[in-house]
Amino acid sequence: MNHFLRRQRYLLDYSLSSLARRPGKHLSLLLVYSLIVFLLASVMLFTQSLRREAALVLADSPELILQRLVAGRHDLIPSNYLERIGRVRGVSGKYGRLWGYFYDPAVRANYTLMVPRDREIGLGEIQIGAGLASTRGLGVGDYLSLRSAHGEPFSFQVTAVLDPQSELVSSDLLLLDGADFRRFFAYPQDRFTDIVLRVRNPREVRKIAEKLTLALPDTRPILREEILRTYDAVFGWRQGMVFVLLMGAVLAFVILAWDRASGLSGEERREIGILKAVGWETGDVLRMKFWEGAALSLSAFLVGYLLAYVHVFQYSAALFEPVLKGWAVLYPAFRPIPFVDGLQVATLFFFTVFPYTVTTIVPIWRAAVTDPDTVMR
Amino acid sequence: MIRLDDVRKVYNQGRHNQVWAVRGISLELKPDLLTVFKGPSGSGKTSLLAMIGCLSRPTSGRISLDGELLSNLPERFMTQIRRDTFGFIFQRFNLIRGLSVLENLMLPAYPEAPDHSALREKAMGLLRQFRLENRAHNKAEWLSGGEAQRTAICRALINDPRILIADEPTANLDSRLSRELIALIGELTDMGKTVLVSSHDPIVFDAARVSKVIELSDGRLAENRPC
Repeated sequence: MNHFLRRQRYLLDYSLSSLARRPGKHLSLLLVYSLIVFLLASVMLFTQSLRREAALVLADSPELILQRLVAGRHDLIPSNYLERIGRVRGVSGKYGRLWGYFYDPAVRANYTLMVPRDREIGLGEIQIGAGLASTRGLGVGDYLSLRSAHGEPFSFQVTAVLDPQSELVSSDLLLLDGADFRRFFAYPQDRFTDIVLRVRNPREVRKIAEKLTLALPDTRPILREEILRTYDAVFGWRQGMVFVLLMGAVLAFVILAWDRASGLSGEERREIGILKAVGWETGDVLRMKFWEGAALSLSAFLVGYLLAYVHVFQYSAALFEPVLKGWAVLYPAFRPIPFVDGLQVATLFFFTVFPYTVTTIVPIWRAAVTDPDTVMR
Repeated sequence: MIRLDDVRKVYNQGRHNQVWAVRGISLELKPDLLTVFKGPSGSGKTSLLAMIGCLSRPTSGRISLDGELLSNLPERFMTQIRRDTFGFIFQRFNLIRGLSVLENLMLPAYPEAPDHSALREKAMGLLRQFRLENRAHNKAEWLSGGEAQRTAICRALINDPRILIADEPTANLDSRLSRELIALIGELTDMGKTVLVSSHDPIVFDAARVSKVIELSDGRLAENRPC
């Protein structure tokens, strides 16, 4: 074992000196390689972090939402539907929600107006998201004036700015009292936007949804897991789109790697011949070149991945923001939560390090199996 | 004892550019002697030495060393014998550019993975013996022709081989350095090494230290001349 390790050390030692002897070639390869890993890892880290953020945000959301449909479109749901639902086994609670959108021409953005259940908000008062606060330059105690559905101006006093922790979804949020909401939007007193149901056992959610569809045929139940799946699909789709765009870069890298690594120069062929002539086995040459490729690709992987980590979690993925981020209209200052998925790291590692190593080892093997007597000619 | 029986070597067999480099050579080479293979360019000297040194295989015929057949050994065993038994001094020195003299010297020992400090000490000892210790950390490409040739000899000796093979060792040296080299090679014979040299340089094959001259012509033996 000691002999084996010492032999690998000698080979690694030679590989590193070989890398250092051709700095131009290897540095350019390292640079491009790291850039590719950086781009791919940035996309992966960022979408993974967004998915996780969405899952965290939705963790407290209701298991089931019931919406009324008229001609296939979402309509306000009558409050007596709460009684019509009645007692459904497994449902631990049900209530109507009030929420809607408001277009503010002053900043050309939509706000999400919502009546919260978990906090008391006085009449004429509002609590707003951090994005809205910064866009309109509002702080606690300031007034926000908006035009109601009847065209009259409504003045609300800001009593709190929401915690920026969940800014991804609360950036454009405006929380207000139920009575204010109904007056502002001229909302019918006997209607809700939708009804939510709390279900204790997640395995019962689908069954309950089926029962509701039968009892209230003009409604559609929306499951939390479906919302999660939708977010997943949206981010998956965005990630896929970016990957497709990056394919060109990846392909260019593969061509460069092939050209750089496989196009053994006369000097390199001669070197392999000398090594074989002085007593190196074909296996030694291959192992030495393997270490060379491994050192280069591992360095590139580490550099690229670390840069991607800093890019995503330190600089909020500044390069990919426009494509990958946000479903709130006001641009949220979203700081992704640092999260690394082992499987994703392994996948990226496999798809970057493995092809390079194979690409380089094949032509070297072809050169290494030739008779060493060529060096005598 | 090295024995060759009807050894033949053809390059590009079956193609339009087929060349018979060696055409049926049989001979015996005694140990501890300095033997020179002489002949014009293309006479088959290098091909013959490459086959004896396990750098290539004969197309037909047998080569044996102390009764052990070398010519049909698997590649791995051939490499092992090449590394342990033979040391090579090439016409163009074949030192690796970018590596220091010391690193070049230690290269043949890497596959055996000896203790690093012991290997280094052995390499430094050889450099001292050949008056190159002050060049140990210089890059190979900075050496003069004579220094490069002496470095190549040191490299050939690092695994302490029984047989040294030198292919046209004076081709890139002037006559003074050539004489110095022959003297050095002679010292190696005194140390009990068997030395096989190919050359068409009279300074080499007319040297007093030479034990035997074997002349080749068109891949065949022309004349064996004991000295």
